[in-house]
Amino acid sequence: MSFDAKSAVRLALILCATASMAACASKPKPEPGGPGTTPPGPGSGYKPGPSTGPVDSRPIPGSVQDFVINIGDFVYFDLDQYEIRSDAMGVLDAQAAWLSRYPGVQIRIEGNCDERGTREYNLALGARRANAVRDYLVARGVSASRISTLSWGKERPIDPGTGEEAWARNRNGHTVIVSGAR
Amino acid sequence: MTSRPALALLAAFACLLGAGTPGLAVAQTPIGETISSGVVEPLPIAVPAFSGDARGAEIAQVITGNLERSGLFKPIDAGAYPERNLDIGVQPMFDGWKSINAQALVNGQVTVEGDGRLRVDFRLWDIFSGEQLLGLQFTSTPENWRRVAHKISDAVYERLTGEKGYFDSRVVFVAESGPRKDRIKRLMIMDQDGANPSSLTDGSYIVMTPRFSANSQEITYMALRPTGSSIYLFNIETARQETLGKFPGMVFAPRFSPDGNRVGFSVERGGNSDIWVMNLTTRSQTRLTTDPGIDTSPSFSPDGSRIVFNSDRGGSPQLYVMGSDGSGARRISRGGGLYTTPVWSPTGDFIAFTKQQGGMFHIGVMRPDGSDERILTTSYLDEGPTWAPNGRVLMFFRETQGGAPRLWTVDITGRILRPAPYQGSGSDPAWSPLLN
Repeated sequence: MSFDAKSAVRLALILCATASMAACASKPKPEPGGPGTTPPGPGSGYKPGPSTGPVDSRPIPGSVQDFVINIGDFVYFDLDQYEIRSDAMGVLDAQAAWLSRYPGVQIRIEGNCDERGTREYNLALGARRANAVRDYLVARGVSASRISTLSWGKERPIDPGTGEEAWARNRNGHTVIVSGAR
Repeated sequence: MTSRPALALLAAFACLLGAGTPGLAVAQTPIGETISSGVVEPLPIAVPAFSGDARGAEIAQVITGNLERSGLFKPIDAGAYPERNLDIGVQPMFDGWKSINAQALVNGQVTVEGDGRLRVDFRLWDIFSGEQLLGLQFTSTPENWRRVAHKISDAVYERLTGEKGYFDSRVVFVAESGPRKDRIKRLMIMDQDGANPSSLTDGSYIVMTPRFSANSQEITYMALRPTGSSIYLFNIETARQETLGKFPGMVFAPRFSPDGNRVGFSVERGGNSDIWVMNLTTRSQTRLTTDPGIDTSPSFSPDGSRIVFNSDRGGSPQLYVMGSDGSGARRISRGGGLYTTPVWSPTGDFIAFTKQQGGMFHIGVMRPDGSDERILTTSYLDEGPTWAPNGRVLMFFRETQGGAPRLWTVDITGRILRPAPYQGSGSDPAWSPLLN
């Protein structure tokens, strides 16, 4: 603990103790072994009681965070493949259901490739992947007019690593919300 | 043409290249031994500082650097020179140059003319025969002194190897900076020796795959933004830029036809990429391929009659040749592995490519019928060859695992492999034709 932080805590305690003690609503953060661990003495006005409970946070339904966290915006592909894998179908089914709940949302499907291919071929392969995702969503009832596609080829890896694991993550279809989210 | 020993070694080199160089009487020279031994020794050459003006030393340096980087010449250390400040009007002291084993000598003189223009006279000597092989004079503006040095380099290279030079040329490429997940890519241009690097785009969007027109200072390249891709035509001299137009899907892999009047490129629709060609005068577009496989990376033959391209119609990326009207596509790559990025050489005799096999990447060349495949390089990632204007040297980019890409050069024998003389990080090089 730095000198400044220590003095700040000490100062806070002094202020609480000497000025209006009852009005000092916020407890100074206890510091192990420091002055803050001293329990408030009798007459300090502090009333022990149960915690008010945790503050929960969750994405606003229909928001970009809702989509990314609760649904999932990435699906992954096998090496040099663009068929939708069985483990991706659940994610895409959920994407389709979410999109039907929020019909104002427009999306862009971005196709990505690992670095183990050449630039132009990977642009074409990424386009295949983006369209495979698009076709799947359309087959699940999402209007084609809500979807655009783009291939980044190997230009935008999500994992900067260079091993099999990183390459597997970088072979993906990324569903990006363009507009209409809450 | 010549049978001097000093030149025979380089004649042998030309023969190894399989160039069948017309005019170079390789059969008259004792090259058999050189070829069977499989080793081509670089030719010892001396390029003393040109006399007459302070610029003379720099001009000699540029020439020396060019010849050395070609791998065909071994410049002799200036400290060993038997004479300095040579008078262009006087014969060199051949015995002295022989004593340091120089086989060729380039001497020259720089004169600033009354109108301020720079005049450079130079002579090329065969030390053993005492014969003057070249005596030429170049005049230009003083700012053009590097180009004069490149022109002299080209003249020396051509006279001694029988092949056209490639030094008075430029390279456009993509300078890369920033983290891998969010690379900044700017289009840059430099002289082929790395001098005068200058940015053409500001890095606010991704640029890829620039290519030169074979007969003008025009390039075409691809730009990629979240909103989509575009193909641009960019004139380096006027900075005028225009797009090929709007397309419903991705457009990429542009390359000029040899006459510069057309651009071949890929258009993607519904996930399927096919090759199209646009007439730049009429703006009419013709679709050349229709199959459901990926068809991309078109590159015209120098006579414009054929196109080599990359397709996975047979199940994996391979090289195919078709007529430039799209007719008669035929696979030419026959070795194992995956083949991409074919580029027809400006001399027509080879197609360069990137090959993936066994987890490694290679740059290679093959004949246009697919025969005589030669693998020139091997590394974690070698990609995107481009031909020097003489069709004898390739530039490409190499990326180490997790590292940044760098520009490299290799000759078509694969023996002369080295980093290109540009210190920064770069990819997607494209070599210009010779300047005028």
